[in-house]
Amino acid sequence: MIRCIRLTAAFSFLLLVALLVNAGRVQVYEAGNYGASPANRRGQIVRYAQPRGAVLVAGRPVTGSRDSGGRLRYERTYTEGPLYAPVTGYASQTYGTSLLERAEDGILSGADDRLATFPWWDRLTRTHRRGGSVHTTINPRMQRAAFEGLGGKKGAVAAIEPGTGRVLALVSTPSYDPGELSGNDAAVGEAWRRLNGGEQQPMLNRALRQTYPPGSTFKVVTAAAALESGKVTDIDAPTDSPDPYPLPGTDTRLGNAAEGCEDAPLKDAFRASCNTVFARLGTRIGLSAMADTARRFGFNDRLLRIPSPVAPSNFDTRMDASQVALSAIGQYDTAATPLQMAMVAAAVANGGQLTSPSLVDEVTDARGVVVAGGPRRTTRQVTGPVTAQQLQEMMVDVVEHGSGRPAAIKGVTVGGKTGTAQHGVRNEGTPYAWFIAWARAKDSYEPAVAVAVVVEDAAADRADISGGGNAAPIARAVMAAALG
Amino acid sequence: MARAAAAARPADSPPPPPSLPRRRGVELALLVGAVVISVCGYVVVGLARWHALPGGALRYGAGLGALALLAHLAVRFRAPYADPLLLPTAVLLNGIGLVLIFRLDQETPGDHAAPTQLLWSTVGVALFTAVVVLLRDHRMLQRYAYVCAALALLLMAAPILFPAVNGAKIWIRFAGFSIQPGEFAKVLITVFFAGYLAANRGALAHTGRRMWRLRLPTGRVLGPIVTIWLLSVAVLVLERDLGTSLLFFGIFVVLLYVATGRTGWIAIGLVLAGIGAAAVGTLEPHVHTRVEDWQHPFAGIAAGKGPGQLAQSLFAFAAGGMFGTGLGQGHSYLIGFAMKSDFILATYGEELGLAGLTALFLLYALLVAGGYRAAVAARDPFGSLLAVGLAALPAIQVFVIAGGVMGLIPLTGMAMPFLAQGGSSVVTNWIIIALLLRISNRARMPRAEGAGEAGRDGRTGTAGSAGGHPAPDGAGSGAARTAGSGAAPGGRSSAANLPGRGAGLGAGSWVTGFLKPSAPRAPEAESGPGEQGRPRERSGAPHHGTRNERDRPQGRSGTREQGRLQGRSAASRAPGGQPAAPPPAPADDAPSPEAGR
Repeated sequence: MIRCIRLTAAFSFLLLVALLVNAGRVQVYEAGNYGASPANRRGQIVRYAQPRGAVLVAGRPVTGSRDSGGRLRYERTYTEGPLYAPVTGYASQTYGTSLLERAEDGILSGADDRLATFPWWDRLTRTHRRGGSVHTTINPRMQRAAFEGLGGKKGAVAAIEPGTGRVLALVSTPSYDPGELSGNDAAVGEAWRRLNGGEQQPMLNRALRQTYPPGSTFKVVTAAAALESGKVTDIDAPTDSPDPYPLPGTDTRLGNAAEGCEDAPLKDAFRASCNTVFARLGTRIGLSAMADTARRFGFNDRLLRIPSPVAPSNFDTRMDASQVALSAIGQYDTAATPLQMAMVAAAVANGGQLTSPSLVDEVTDARGVVVAGGPRRTTRQVTGPVTAQQLQEMMVDVVEHGSGRPAAIKGVTVGGKTGTAQHGVRNEGTPYAWFIAWARAKDSYEPAVAVAVVVEDAAADRADISGGGNAAPIARAVMAAALG
Repeated sequence: MARAAAAARPADSPPPPPSLPRRRGVELALLVGAVVISVCGYVVVGLARWHALPGGALRYGAGLGALALLAHLAVRFRAPYADPLLLPTAVLLNGIGLVLIFRLDQETPGDHAAPTQLLWSTVGVALFTAVVVLLRDHRMLQRYAYVCAALALLLMAAPILFPAVNGAKIWIRFAGFSIQPGEFAKVLITVFFAGYLAANRGALAHTGRRMWRLRLPTGRVLGPIVTIWLLSVAVLVLERDLGTSLLFFGIFVVLLYVATGRTGWIAIGLVLAGIGAAAVGTLEPHVHTRVEDWQHPFAGIAAGKGPGQLAQSLFAFAAGGMFGTGLGQGHSYLIGFAMKSDFILATYGEELGLAGLTALFLLYALLVAGGYRAAVAARDPFGSLLAVGLAALPAIQVFVIAGGVMGLIPLTGMAMPFLAQGGSSVVTNWIIIALLLRISNRARMPRAEGAGEAGRDGRTGTAGSAGGHPAPDGAGSGAARTAGSGAAPGGRSSAANLPGRGAGLGAGSWVTGFLKPSAPRAPEAESGPGEQGRPRERSGAPHHGTRNERDRPQGRSGTREQGRLQGRSAASRAPGGQPAAPPPAPADDAPSPEAGR
């Protein structure tokens, strides 16, 4: 009997070993798989168990967290939802994150290893770090000026500090309150359907994610290409441009809205925004040089991140001569985001040097200790300084004597360019009113701001250059806020 | 040997017997540790949830300490030779269970189960004390074997009359309380099996017809036991409590194997179990769903219905990882209902991790090994069988439950002993501990004190039925629920069974007591109930203060029986200490010396 008892004990021991081996399998070997299963709510519960880090504008938070008392505890709140929505995006328990909330999600939720001194220790003790803060580059006065200037119209404003690339204002209207999407109940789904279903598209960030044909504002790029390539050496010398200009290889003749464009010098053609002159210039410069200049200004860049991804602005690289001519005046397939056109103005204002834009100044942890200094900003020379100087002169001329007069500010050197772009089949869509500009205090060498404004304007007269009427005053308000 | 024995009985006073270690101090120290650990767990839960010490920590500690002290005093005065590990392990497991239920109560604010569990633990400890104090000789139970069987069947059949709860009819509710009589029935059935098999062991092992290579016992012997077993299984299947029926089946096979030594019973048992499981698995929809769940725990997720309970349990364990999330900081409430009873191990695994789970399994292993040790050391076959049965109960139960919630075997819905919420379960487990302590006490009691009863029945019989001399090295590899103490020192084994030997060696004596081969029984057979050469005539004389066995009337018949055994052992003394004869089959006579009384 003793032997049998011992064998029974050995069998019990085998059962114990089987249990331990299985426990090891479930808790160690398969732990990763089981933890990553989408049906496992622990990840979500842990993520929302603490307040989210703050997004700061001029040192003050524009976001907050509210304890909802539910299983997913903290919901995101926004102090001025529609004003800063194009900057922050939404952070929803149901729909995830967008824009800055997504790009800096690691810091804001506390999961980023940079927030910890010893990440392996935090993993061992399973501490959930508090979310850090993201300091944005936005200037609240400029943001508000742009938002109020646009009002209820569909449009966007992007403003950059040319020397540093800091994005000072990023507005898209009509806007929405991202706080409506924060929770996980039925009202959130209702809000999502309403916001996405309408024609107004308030959730679309028109400054970063929507491209518009730039129209006459693209003539800045064409002029830069002409000056850089040497096709034009003297901006006051007449160019050899017929009016109307027959597009090469076609029977179409391109006309002008303004008078006095035949053989006009570059400066006058720029001020009057003559299509024929620039179309002819585009043909003379040629596709490769045009494309190269556009690329240097930032067109066709699929990898731009500020740190949210930006839609690439388009300049086709395979075109025939007539298409190049039309692209040179900002039509055909040329398309640009408002941020891209602000970068064009910034490069001109900064002596031909373009600093890559960024929305984040620095990133700190919950106590305020700086963790990272924002994305690395690269600077490249887009045009030579002499070209830039000449472009600045031409743009100041537009504001002083041309269609950009509504943008003039007393005591400040302001340069700008208006544009009206048609779009749609047979140009029947609502035209876009553009205005790009830069401003420099009279007693300073550094430009203070470069801004691009686009308004989808139903009231724009197609034939008229209405950017001056609708978009320029908004740009003026933004620049005044920057300098004042 | 004869000369040594003759020399050991000089005319002048013999050397004083070595003081027998009762290890009660060890038990007290371990109990203090157990209570402290439980209170620490309680405090940790409070700190994790509210970042403050929980109110009632002192009350909890005082309550648990009082229960532990009461149990300890009962054991100290009534069963002083019992294994010191059993009681502290039980108190620690009970304390951990209370802490876990308290922690889970924080997730269900309207349904606090901890006070009820504490109440039932108190009842359990009270019954423990009652058994330890009142049941002086476990062999008394052998008399009531059939009564136990009848009572067990009655208790198991009772819930059929009451409505089903969660698909199984295992509860009886009255006056706001609900009890699960199947739990008590487990112990009663084990007592019956042990008693019957102890009485008919020889017949089962050696008589009967041969078929092929198996020897089937006669129906007269096997009939009653198989009938009662079949009845109990039928009742269980009707009540749809398949975990307990699996448990009964396991106990049946284990006890049959241990009693007869025939491995054929295991083979038959496995075949029957296989047939039964296949039949039930396909025919009974409740069980079929459980088997499906076990094979594909994540099928519900793929089908879009969300994770099932087993999937949630696996997620909980996986979230625990190596060291757990910490008490109070896991999310096992996602499992839903039954998280305090069937799935409490998932909470434990998530919050204390693989390390904690290993410690818990080792605690249960200590409990079960204590039971096996008492079985090996017990001096009567009924005691051995009862101890084996009572030790196998928690062993099989823990395996079935832990295997079920971790996906090793299909889920059956039993409750972890001591840990899970369930009053009847706690009370039953305390009674099991009490019985094991009593058997262990009698096994480790010094020979002279149990003189009247000890030598009477089958130490020799027990030795003989062990089937020869199991080699120490085979024993060492086999009985290894201890921590790797491999080779049984054969040379040290002489009289290692006696509690005096290896007194100060702690684990050593624990192991050797477990691994003792049959050879050293010869000195006992030789010298009879008196040990170490103490003269037999002194068996009635008082040795220690509080032994009241000697006052029992059995002392008289004990002398009568001693004479009989003395004659027998004198015969076996001749071959030089080896048990020569096959078992004289006292089992064919009255099953217990007390049966006729």
